[in-house]
Amino acid sequence: MSARDVTDATFAAEVLQNDKPVIVDFWAPWCGPCRAVSPILDAIAEAHADKIDIVKLNVDEFPDLAVEYNILNIPAMKVFKGGEVVKTVVGAKPRPALEQDLAEFLA
Amino acid sequence: MRDLVIIGSGPAGYTAAIYAARADLKPLVIASSVEMGGDLMKTTDVDNYPGFPEGVMGPDLMMGMQAQAERFGAELVFDDATVLELDGPVKKITLGSGEVIESKTVILSMGSQYRHLGLDDEKRLSGFGVSWCATCDGAFFRNRSVAVVGGGDSAMEEATFLTKFADTVYLVHRSDQFRASPAMLARAKADPKIQFVTNAAVTGIIGADTVSGLSLTMSDGSTRTLDIDGLFIAIGSDPRTSLVANQVALTDTGNVAVDGRSSRTNLPGVFAAGDLIDPTYRQAIVAAGSGAVAAMDAQHFIESSAH
Repeated sequence: MSARDVTDATFAAEVLQNDKPVIVDFWAPWCGPCRAVSPILDAIAEAHADKIDIVKLNVDEFPDLAVEYNILNIPAMKVFKGGEVVKTVVGAKPRPALEQDLAEFLA
Repeated sequence: MRDLVIIGSGPAGYTAAIYAARADLKPLVIASSVEMGGDLMKTTDVDNYPGFPEGVMGPDLMMGMQAQAERFGAELVFDDATVLELDGPVKKITLGSGEVIESKTVILSMGSQYRHLGLDDEKRLSGFGVSWCATCDGAFFRNRSVAVVGGGDSAMEEATFLTKFADTVYLVHRSDQFRASPAMLARAKADPKIQFVTNAAVTGIIGADTVSGLSLTMSDGSTRTLDIDGLFIAIGSDPRTSLVANQVALTDTGNVAVDGRSSRTNLPGVFAAGDLIDPTYRQAIVAAGSGAVAAMDAQHFIESSAH
């Protein structure tokens, strides 16, 4: 399953109360590197659907969540586990590099 | 075996692809997995590309070049070249996926990569207030203070762009002479939100979890600290030669060396274009022009080897 979009309304249920680790991709339409990394996250979501969920949050539409999680640079990929941020990866990277950064959650 | 593989998808790579596709070389463009479209994907208004009297958005310009190349039959692969073997009549290109592609000719158009300050805290705070992309990250610094380091056009453009969001933009430069064009420098100097801090070397980035300040050493030896929330580094870039540095001849400036006004490198069948060969001008239109040159050189090489 490719990455779903989340909103202010669905963030708690989809991310904070999720039993699985969730990677939230904070992105915006005017950010070229965000658009580049988006299909890579879709592919990782599909390949590791049993281990993790990956969701996308548009910081333009939902700036309050971007402020709450102190987003300063995008794309920012934050891994949530039990409602807490346990890892942050920033910047568009090729798939092998991204999978390496996220290895502990994909294995 | 392919006739032509083009490494890179900036203005040079896509223009080479347009020319080569129209010459029926069926080029394959290795467009990168995350940097397709090149540096212009990170810019906003491009006001100096001919043919766009009202300006054009950098990403729109690049998407247009991509579509134009595809219209004539160029193939694109969104992966990275990881190994290039350029010696001999059969060139081998290994992709991130492991696939190996063979080609009679190669056009190198990998562009350049951003220079880093080389400070210990730069890597640690990268993504936590340290940025190389004002258009990506500027909006997170609404009503805050930021600094741009650099003295060229890109530093001026970033500083001016950031005034849309930040209250104060410090333009920090190690000298009081600027490489920036007079027009861009004048626009930045006229902006009341931009404060110039010149003759200042960045000696440290302060911040526990995110950037909170910048340590400067002034040319008179005194030190100064700026309170900032974000740091945008625009101190130029270096040609991206890591894949080819031990194979093709380079110039004193670290660019790929080409023969005169052509795109020919020292290896037969290997051509180079764009910022990779250009220590001086580094403009989208110049890169595009050199991409056209490279495609025509590759076409001529293939035609003359066939006889």
